[in-house]
Amino acid sequence: MTRLAHRLIALPLGFLSACAGNQNAMGGQGLESANFIVLFLVFLAVCAVMYLLVLAGLGIALRRRRDAGQANSVDEDRHEETSARTKVALIVWTGLVTVGLTILTVASFFSDRSNASSTRRSGLALTITGNQWWWNVQYDTSDPSASVRTANEIHLPVNVPVHVTLKSNDVIHSFWVPNLAGKQDLIPGRQTDIELLPRRTGVFHGQCAEFCGVQHTRMALDVIVEPLDDFRRWYAQQLATAPAPTTRLQMAGYRYFVTRECSSCHNVAGSPAGGQIGPDLTHVASRRSIGAGTLPLNRGNLYGWIADPQSHKPGSRMPTIPMEPRDLHSLVAYIETLK
Amino acid sequence: MSSALEKAKAPPADVPRDGPGLSGPVLEARLARTWGRPRGLIGWLSSVDHKDIGRRYIVTALTFLALAGALALIMRLQLAKPENDLVGAARYNEIFTMHGTTMMFLFAVPVMQGVQIYLTPLMIGTRAMAFPRLTAVSFYLYLAGGCLLWVAFILNIAPDIGWFAYPPLSGPQYGVGKRPDIWAQMVTFTEVASLAAAVTLIATILKQRAPGMSLARMPLYVWTTLVTSLMVVFSMPAVALASSLLLSDRLVGTHFYNPAEGGDALLWQHLFWFFGHPEVYIIFLPATGFVSEIVATFSRRSIVFYPVVVLSVVATGILAFGLWVHHMFATGLPRVGYSFYTAASISVSIPTALQIFCWIATLWEGRPRLQVPLLYVIGFIITFVIGGLTGVMIAAVPLDLQLHDTYFIVAHFHYVLIGGAVFPLLGAITYWFPKFTGRMMSEKIGKLGFWMLFLGFQLAFFPMHVAGIYGMPRRVYTYPAGMGLEWPNLLSSLGSLVVALAVLLFVLNMVRSALGGRRAAANPWDGSSLEWATQSPPADYNFAHIPVVESRAPLWGSRDHLPVVHGLRVDDRELLLTTVMDAVPDVREPSAQPSPWPFISSVAISVMFIGSILSPWALVVGAIPATIAMAAWFWPKGPPELEPTIS
Amino acid sequence: MTLEPRFVRDLAALPTHAFSHRSLTWWGIIGFMLIEGSAFLLAIVAYFFLMSHQPEWAPRPWLPPDLFPGTLFTVALLLSEIPNSMIKRAANAYDTNNVRRLLLVMTLIGLALLVVRGFEFNALNVRWHDNAYGSILWALLLLHTTHILTDWIDTVVLWRLMNTAHGEEPRRMVDTDENALYWRFVWISWLPIYLLIYWVPRIFR
Repeated sequence: MTRLAHRLIALPLGFLSACAGNQNAMGGQGLESANFIVLFLVFLAVCAVMYLLVLAGLGIALRRRRDAGQANSVDEDRHEETSARTKVALIVWTGLVTVGLTILTVASFFSDRSNASSTRRSGLALTITGNQWWWNVQYDTSDPSASVRTANEIHLPVNVPVHVTLKSNDVIHSFWVPNLAGKQDLIPGRQTDIELLPRRTGVFHGQCAEFCGVQHTRMALDVIVEPLDDFRRWYAQQLATAPAPTTRLQMAGYRYFVTRECSSCHNVAGSPAGGQIGPDLTHVASRRSIGAGTLPLNRGNLYGWIADPQSHKPGSRMPTIPMEPRDLHSLVAYIETLK
Repeated sequence: MSSALEKAKAPPADVPRDGPGLSGPVLEARLARTWGRPRGLIGWLSSVDHKDIGRRYIVTALTFLALAGALALIMRLQLAKPENDLVGAARYNEIFTMHGTTMMFLFAVPVMQGVQIYLTPLMIGTRAMAFPRLTAVSFYLYLAGGCLLWVAFILNIAPDIGWFAYPPLSGPQYGVGKRPDIWAQMVTFTEVASLAAAVTLIATILKQRAPGMSLARMPLYVWTTLVTSLMVVFSMPAVALASSLLLSDRLVGTHFYNPAEGGDALLWQHLFWFFGHPEVYIIFLPATGFVSEIVATFSRRSIVFYPVVVLSVVATGILAFGLWVHHMFATGLPRVGYSFYTAASISVSIPTALQIFCWIATLWEGRPRLQVPLLYVIGFIITFVIGGLTGVMIAAVPLDLQLHDTYFIVAHFHYVLIGGAVFPLLGAITYWFPKFTGRMMSEKIGKLGFWMLFLGFQLAFFPMHVAGIYGMPRRVYTYPAGMGLEWPNLLSSLGSLVVALAVLLFVLNMVRSALGGRRAAANPWDGSSLEWATQSPPADYNFAHIPVVESRAPLWGSRDHLPVVHGLRVDDRELLLTTVMDAVPDVREPSAQPSPWPFISSVAISVMFIGSILSPWALVVGAIPATIAMAAWFWPKGPPELEPTIS
Repeated sequence: MTLEPRFVRDLAALPTHAFSHRSLTWWGIIGFMLIEGSAFLLAIVAYFFLMSHQPEWAPRPWLPPDLFPGTLFTVALLLSEIPNSMIKRAANAYDTNNVRRLLLVMTLIGLALLVVRGFEFNALNVRWHDNAYGSILWALLLLHTTHILTDWIDTVVLWRLMNTAHGEEPRRMVDTDENALYWRFVWISWLPIYLLIYWVPRIFR
């Protein structure tokens, strides 16, 4: 799009995104989502005009003869006649509708093309795999030892194009971060993808947008768009293995974690816990939420989640395991070290 | 020469026939005996009168509307505030599945077909449907499917996979228990019922129109009935196949939708939406038929540009089959293919825009009377067009990718379904109520109910556009605070209460008027079509003599007399077949007498279908009694007659 | 009637039965052919859709179905059109004796075909639960079998009815004519399915 058009649109866009929340299609903080706002407003304008014409026609038609006060009977000889003006009006109306719809189709085409243009530059690559009801996030690099694996949270450097490959381990999910882009389904047995180009920094929220079972509502993810240096720092930290526990309480928690049920589902790099069924917990304490957006991450919620995940997210795949209070304390202490 | 040939060449038998020698009250008494419905419970179950079956369809469908509406209220109460705990996750998923499934399969299509079954023979000037017993089976199977679903709900095994039941969520691995099987088999019941009704309607319209009612003189409502019945014939097999393949995956281990063994989850989506998109036009086009009839009568003139309206209905019906991929824009299919579906989805609005022009032009050139049926038409235009325009928006892929699976879509389809189908339906019920019952509905209560419904609807559903844009996905049992969703949801919930009250008021008006409303003459609104030439309510035989039609508006052409043909039998059920294009009288056709075999066959078929939820062998075993019952239905009873009868 | 009737024409001389598109039930049969035809078409589309996901069809190690039972069936089915056409002609000529004889012939042919069809299921060389290829092959064969079975039952009922007093009614000739029409749909719809089950898995291996 031309620079003038950019400027004309930037001002109201800036206004809209300032008002919009962090899971909002009017945010426009990515290339695709910004294009959405423009296209939506174009459609809204043309559709509003058509609608007002219909209402005007209806209003005038109803007001016209009501005042005439004529006899309310059928004119048996002329009830099928139509004036020549009406025939002309039909042609004009058909032309108007066709022109309006053509404008919209063309606008849609240009918007689509602009979205596709971002694929030409190369940048970051991610693979996100959907599960009931959490997101597995893998940063794809040519060197496997430089690949970060995390869950339910994505960090992205601003202004760097991102190619996200989408897969599913079970049922159909849909990846949707409205502030950045439209959605794309994750379909088992197929691979789909989505291009993201975040243009503004911020903390955004995404949510699964295809009904995927009992806890579809609680399958959210946090998307943090930050300056490149901050991103690199985050990435390096995520690559590191988990620090060893230091206090007695933390060590007790570590022992519980690697010897009991936890390690059969969860992975903590640098420890014997290597379960691949559930989210990777190596740096769980650095994330913003627990349970794919179910609870904000803090000590109290960690207690509540570990003690009884089923009461917060009934039907989720993490069973409620009865445990002694001292085990709970030690586990939380250990989990808090996993930054 | 065989005796069959002798009989074929024999002159007409010497039996009593209607005509100048036999007419008036004497004829009507004999016709009433011939066409009467038998008494008692067996009699009720044996009825093949299309008016009975149409009424049963409508009452059953309105009951399901109320049940699904109650579920909607529960959902709205749960969503009225963030992080509400009125309804838990699992129960909520059952509720929205039941709401959508009931509305789409048990209310919207059946109510439209029910009205079609009631009105079509009256509007085309005949005495019965083409296959009266098949029509009866259609109703019983529909009722059985609805009961299956709701009994499951009461027994706490309701489906919880959404009304669209996507695999693998609905498949054998993730759809645990029998819930998806119940859903899939309910679909089997209702689509068999719907297909049977559609075939009957097509045959009736093509072959039983009154002499002189060429295709170009058919009422617009009959055109919409013909087009939607053809759409049913071509689209319902898709959902029948899809649900059968799903049942097969679940029951006997096939792999149609299992990607691990060569199947594809998207196969379901293609098959389902190939049905699902035409389905919404199957619901909408009959509503446009209602609108055309009401606008003409209440503008005191014929619809402007009848050929344009007919062509628009036909074009919409055909185009509707080329749009289904717009439900799949987020599934990663090739973008180039998507452009075709965007263009098609946008262009399908052009014929509808033409119909809207014709309706407004008719009001403009006519003398509109603002009574309740016309109020609903006005409400329809104001509301439906918004839904149509949001539809144009989501036809564009970049817009759809943001708005798909959000409350924006929920707003869109309620605007087109409630605005586009329910408003005209309520107007139609008010309009034809005197014909159905012989009494008028209260105009005052009707006006109050209309305004409550119209305003309540806007309050309930407009904020959903905002909720969707503000990030609220579909099918969620709650949402977090702080996203800006509190106000839209609260307003929607308040609006839904107003809508519920308005519907209740409409139903109360119906009941009160049916029991003691002002008595209606044959043609209280001065309509132009043939149904207004019958009594209110019509006699069992509809018309004492089959009418002849000389124009598109037969009752406005001849005010004091009705041209008719005569010579049909009086003591046996007989109606007239005419030629397809120009309705020239052709054959005297016997019409089926009441029989309990349709009901018995339906019971046998129901046992077969419901049994197959538990075991595939039920299909084999259950087919035996079903076959016997259907053979008994077909087998002539009693000795051969002078002229044929169907007993 | 609320309006006075004005008698225009006496229709007493009209016939009480007619063949082909003048018959009401003919339109019902056409309607059912459209419905079943749509279902077949969609099943065929599903076949190609699933086929597009496989590098090989029939996927190894499964072999394509044996040709003999299916081809025997096809030949027998096509030959059955001879007595079928005869019965249609006899019905249109009101020749009840020939119709009775030929209905027995069609009943026996139908029975023989159903037996061969049983062997076809055994010769598919894949089970319905092995993979999607097996599933769609069984589905197509089963759909057509239901088709043949229902028309065979119709033929049997009609044959029994023809052997009663009702057999001499002209309407029975119309029923017979329409049953013969439906039989044509049965073999016409079989031809593409035959190719899809028996030949496409050989050609695209």
